[in-house]
Amino acid sequence: MSAAVDIAEKNKSSAMYAGRPQVLLERGWLAFRSSNWVPVITGFVEPVLFLLAFGYGMGTLVGDVTTGSTTIDYTLFIAPGLLANSAMNGAIYDSTWNVFWKLNESKLYKTMLSTPLGPLDIALGEITWALIRGLVYSLGFLTVVTALGLTPSFWAILAIPAASLVAFGFASFGMAITSFFKTYQQMGFINIVLLPMTLFSGSLYPISVYPDWLEKVIMALPLWHAIEMVRAFWFGNLTSGVLVHIGYFLVMIALGLYVTSRRLRALFLR
Amino acid sequence: MSKPLISVRGLTKVFGDFTAVDGIDFDVAKGESFGLLGPNGAGKSTTMRILAATSTRTSGTVEILDKDPEKFGPLVRAHLGIVPQEDNLDGELTVTENLYIYGRYFGLSKKFIKAKIEELLEFAQLEEKRDVKVQALSGGMKRRLTIARGLVSEPDILLLDEPTTGLDPQARHILWDRLFRLKEQGVTLVLTTHFMDEAEQLCDRLVVMDKGAIMAEGSPQGLIKEYSSKEVLEVRFGSDRNKEVAPQLAQMCERMETLPDRLLMYTEDGEKLLEQIAAAKMHPTTSLVRRSSLEDVFLRLTGRTLIE
Repeated sequence: MSAAVDIAEKNKSSAMYAGRPQVLLERGWLAFRSSNWVPVITGFVEPVLFLLAFGYGMGTLVGDVTTGSTTIDYTLFIAPGLLANSAMNGAIYDSTWNVFWKLNESKLYKTMLSTPLGPLDIALGEITWALIRGLVYSLGFLTVVTALGLTPSFWAILAIPAASLVAFGFASFGMAITSFFKTYQQMGFINIVLLPMTLFSGSLYPISVYPDWLEKVIMALPLWHAIEMVRAFWFGNLTSGVLVHIGYFLVMIALGLYVTSRRLRALFLR
Repeated sequence: MSKPLISVRGLTKVFGDFTAVDGIDFDVAKGESFGLLGPNGAGKSTTMRILAATSTRTSGTVEILDKDPEKFGPLVRAHLGIVPQEDNLDGELTVTENLYIYGRYFGLSKKFIKAKIEELLEFAQLEEKRDVKVQALSGGMKRRLTIARGLVSEPDILLLDEPTTGLDPQARHILWDRLFRLKEQGVTLVLTTHFMDEAEQLCDRLVVMDKGAIMAEGSPQGLIKEYSSKEVLEVRFGSDRNKEVAPQLAQMCERMETLPDRLLMYTEDGEKLLEQIAAAKMHPTTSLVRRSSLEDVFLRLTGRTLIE
């Protein structure tokens, strides 16, 4: 009996999961180390540019911001919001465009599914890869922010697990959505949603400036939850509302994983 | 005879109102080289995908090493080496990285794969290209690498879908040589092709498929013997006259096929027949005596040529 069969026998591999999502990370690393670094750097630089332009540019005009009972410097206000944005950007980059390419152009997932790997291995592996990217982006951003003296206390380090949750949620959901898209035009839809969400979800100003109805719409969007969650950890304002944000992301992760693995199965194993 | 590695009974696959595979039966024995020969759209690739446990069937039974691929997908796939029709190598990786990561998909250890890579690079004659990204390889090299990749897991069965389609003649011959070596090593090969010369070169046994059904089964020589004569005389009289002389010529041979550009006359002795034609004061513009091939078998069975 060959080693491959021996492994498959021992695993009692189910149709959905062979228990090897880590080989996707290994593959991701092999491809990444020889890839073009430009998009990686721009993804990281974007929130830093926002911080400089809005924080130090606009910030001098704005002065302080009052949310609830606290009043803080504008640059300090936007930093955690942009950290959440950074985590989202990193996760979305891999889980949408890169996944689209592997689904429709290079047929990488189809090839993987002709081996003992299952759809859940692919979903978990790719989402974890996107999550790592999101995490690296947010770590980079946190480093810049700390260097600028904008971290309020040591507890801001807790914003990193929060940012990981954000990256995980967006990676999972992003891949699920992408699995339904067949053309580049449809992929453009993702940008149409992302740009306004980025601008209006309260990273640059408190959403209390909106009329009531709009505030409610924004509060339904994932980025608002991401920003509020990261901000809560950033300033150590841990209220019960944080649990709602965490719950929102846990649902997003579970839903994304479920839909992605089902879609991969429907697309390639039928 | 020991139990077959692959056993297919009444296999049917329906897409909407189109029946791609229509109730086929066949067995493949261990160490055998088995072919599915037929034109495009005959249902060969669909059959291959079902064998590869990447497609479901509408009805019938399939057993690969006693396992139903639909119920034991991952386990069945662990037994198989897949060489698909389209090149699906990992374009972002090098030659060795492609072999390495593919082995990892099977859960093989790094140590095992590293040793295996050397063996496979030699087999695929790609030692000098080991660190080259696969986009830079020629079509023939890519195909050899795809076959080598399929062998990383030491499969019991290698499934090849149209292995030489799109390759130039020289690359085809190199590939046939490689596949012949595998056959000698006792690897069970299952391949689809619409090239009769490929089927004759590589297959111990084959089925001729058309419109989702099996028309005939046997060894290449056996099929030729059963469905065709020893030799074929191909004559051309020019496209207008072909039809005119056909009835008269048909009486001179066992069987005749009228193609748009030429007449195929089936006989045991082509030269003798050609002399008879000359004696009858008919002068074809060109003539050719050749041995019967699987192409003739297909023509006899379906009234059509393999490549249309």
